[in-house]
Amino acid sequence: MLGKSARSDWLLLIIFSIVVLTAPITLAPIGAGYPDLLQKFAIFGIFAIGFNILFGLTGYLSFGHAAFLGVGSYASVWVFKLFTMNVIPAVLFSLIVAGVFALVIGYVSLRRSGIYFSIITLAFAQMSYNLAYSVLTPLTNGETGLQVRHLAPVDRGPDYVLKLVNEDLRWVDQALGIVEDGIPITNLFGMKMSGYPGFYFSAVLLIIAFFIALRISRSNFGMMLRAIKSNQNRLNYTGINTRPYLLAAFVISGMYAGLAGSLMAVTDPLAGAERMQWTASGEIVLMTILGGAGTMLGPFLGAALIKYFENIFSSINENILQTTFSFLPEPLQELFVTVTSLFVGPGWPLTMGLLFMLIVIFLPGGLMQGFSKIGGLFRREKKPQSQSEKPQAQDGGP
Amino acid sequence: MDAIFLQILNGLDKGGAYALIALGLTLAFGTLGVVNFAHGALFMLGAFCAVAFNKLVSLQQIVLDPTKTTAWGTPLEIKTPYVEAWFGDFGTFLINYSVPFSILVTIPIMLIIGIVMERGLIRHFYNRPHADQILVTFGLAIVLEEIIKHFFGANPIPQSAPDIVSGSANIGLWLGMGEAIVYPWWRLVYFAFSAVVIFAVFAFLQFTTYGMVVRAGMFDRHTVGLLGINIQKRFTVIFGLAAVVAGMAGAMYTPIYPPDYAIGMQFLVLSFVVVVVGGMGSLGGAVTAGFLLGILQSFASMNEIKSIFPGIDQIIIYLVAVIILLTLPRGLLGRKGVMED
Repeated sequence: MLGKSARSDWLLLIIFSIVVLTAPITLAPIGAGYPDLLQKFAIFGIFAIGFNILFGLTGYLSFGHAAFLGVGSYASVWVFKLFTMNVIPAVLFSLIVAGVFALVIGYVSLRRSGIYFSIITLAFAQMSYNLAYSVLTPLTNGETGLQVRHLAPVDRGPDYVLKLVNEDLRWVDQALGIVEDGIPITNLFGMKMSGYPGFYFSAVLLIIAFFIALRISRSNFGMMLRAIKSNQNRLNYTGINTRPYLLAAFVISGMYAGLAGSLMAVTDPLAGAERMQWTASGEIVLMTILGGAGTMLGPFLGAALIKYFENIFSSINENILQTTFSFLPEPLQELFVTVTSLFVGPGWPLTMGLLFMLIVIFLPGGLMQGFSKIGGLFRREKKPQSQSEKPQAQDGGP
Repeated sequence: MDAIFLQILNGLDKGGAYALIALGLTLAFGTLGVVNFAHGALFMLGAFCAVAFNKLVSLQQIVLDPTKTTAWGTPLEIKTPYVEAWFGDFGTFLINYSVPFSILVTIPIMLIIGIVMERGLIRHFYNRPHADQILVTFGLAIVLEEIIKHFFGANPIPQSAPDIVSGSANIGLWLGMGEAIVYPWWRLVYFAFSAVVIFAVFAFLQFTTYGMVVRAGMFDRHTVGLLGINIQKRFTVIFGLAAVVAGMAGAMYTPIYPPDYAIGMQFLVLSFVVVVVGGMGSLGGAVTAGFLLGILQSFASMNEIKSIFPGIDQIIIYLVAVIILLTLPRGLLGRKGVMED
C-alpha cells in the first residue's frame, strides 16, 4: 500500500467513485439497489472510514465512537428545528459540534493508551448516553428521541424555550417565506433529501470523505500515525511529542462520525440516544476489522457487508425457512428450521457476534488480508523461486 | 447522619456485585493476562442459572378433579409443582428458597463454562494484542447474550427472595439510630454473601498451597513453570473460579434486580471502570473500589445532591474513573509494572 504512486491513488479514487455512484444499478441484482439500504452503506462507510483513521492507523481502539455519531445527529436535528430544513448548515454544524466534542474527549482520554484508552472512551460514551436519557432531556427529548415537528404558534408563551423539543421555529425558513404543509422534509435548496437524492448526497460526501482519508493516509501526517502504531516509545525517545498527532487523528475521526450522524438525520430527521450506546460503538469496530483495519477500502467494504447482511438476515422469517428446507424430510426440516431460526430475523446480532469472533480468530487482518492472501497464493504459483527467497512479509498477521 | 448511614447501606449491595465481578476480572487478568469483555456475560449466565432453576422446580403438574367444576363447567384443574407432589414440604421449601439453592447448580455449571471458555477460546489469545482479546471476548459476550435472549426472551424476569428475608430489617433500632433506617433483608444477605465469597477467595489464594502456587505464578510464571509445576492448568482453574464468582454474584442478585439478557453488559462496563479505578491486577484494589464506587453511586442518587448537580447519579462512576485515571494512572492500589502500556 505504501509504495504506490499518486497516479494509482487517483485511479483508486476514480474507480471508487464510479462504483459508489453506479451502486443503484450494479447492486440491484443482489437486492440492494434501493435508496434506504444504499444510504446506510454510504453513512456507515463514512463512519468506518473515519474510525479507521484512528484505529487502523494509530492502533488506538476507541470503544466510544458512537457518542460522536449521536452528537452529530442531535446537532443536525437542532439545526433543522431552529433554522432551516436545508441540509448544508446542518451538516456543517454537526461537523463542528462533533469536532469540538471529540477535541474535549480526546484531550482527556489520549493521556492514556492501550486498554485504558478503550475503557475511558467507553466510559465517556456511556456517560453521554446516560446523560442524553436523563438530564439532557430538554435537549435530547429522552427516550422519544428528537424529531422535526410542526411550527410553534406565533404568540409563544414565556417558557417556549422548554417546548422547543416539540415545537419548531425554523427562523431562516420562516424569514424566506417557505410554506410548510405537514412535517417538512430535509432538502438541498429545494431538492428533497429522501430516496435517491438522499443517497447521492451521502454518496458524494462519502467520496469526499474517502478522498480526504486517502490523502491523510498518504501524507506525512499519516506516516506519523503509522509510526505511532508500530512503536510509540521510539518516537518519544527521538523527541517527538506524539499527542498532538493522536489528538488530530481523534478529532478527524470524531468529525467523520459526526458527519455520519448528521447524514442519518438528513435522510431521516430523527435522533435517539440509542445511537450512542456501546453496542453501536462495537458495531463500528466490527465493520472496520471485518474489512481490514488500516487498509483504505477495507472499512467501507466491511460496513457495506455488515449492513447488507443485516438487511438480508433480519428479513428472513420462519415461513421462508420452512419453504427453503421443504425438500428435506419432515423431522430434518423441523431441525434445520429451528437451528437456522436462531441466526436470522431477530437473531441477527447472534450471527454478528459469531462473525465477529470468527474474524478476530482466523482473519485478524480482515477481508483485505484474506484477499491479499489469496492473491499471494496465485503469485507464488507463478514464480515460486523468487517468492521463497523473501521472508513472507506482505501478510503481516500475527 | 441517618441519611448518610442509609446511603452507605444502599451502596453495599451494588458495591458487593461490582466487587465480585471486578474480583473475577482481576483474577483472569492477573493470571492469564487476558482482558475479558465476556465477564459480564458470565454474571448474566449466573443470573439465568437461578432463573432456570426456579423455572425447573416450579414446573407444574396438572391434575383434573372430576368432582369439582369451575365456573365454566369444565373439571377443575389443580396445579401443583412436581417437587411438591414428590417431596411434600421439602418441595415447598425448595421453591421458596430457589434462589439460594440455585447457587448449588450455578457453581458446577459456571465452573464448566469457565474452563471450556478458557481452553476453547481464551487460550489462543495469550500472545495476541489486547485489542484482539477485547474484540473476541466482546463477540463472545454478544453471542452468549443472544442465546439467552432466544431462550428466555428480552423481558426482565423477576425472582423472589425466600419469604423469611422478603421484608426489611430494622437496622436503625439495632444500632440505636432511629426507626427511619430500614433496609431490605435480602440486600443485607447479598452483602454478607459477597463478603463471604471475597474472603473465601482471598483465603484460598493466601492460605492454601494451591493458592500460593497461583500467586507465585502470577508473579513470575516462567520460574514456577521451571520448577516443574503445570501452572497453565492452575490458571485455567482460576479462570473457572472467576467464572464461578461472577455466576454466583449474578444468581444471588436476581431478587434485587430482575435479570434480562443485557444485565451483564450494564455491570461489565461499570466493573471495568471499577477494575481500572482499583488498579489493574490488584485484587484488593478491585474489592475496595467496588464497594467505594457502589457507595458513591448511592450517595450521588440522593435528592439533595441531585438538586445541586442534576444527573450526577448517572455519570458519577465514569466521572470518578476519568479523574482517577488522569491523576493516579495506576489506580488506587495498582502494582508497579502491571499494564503500564
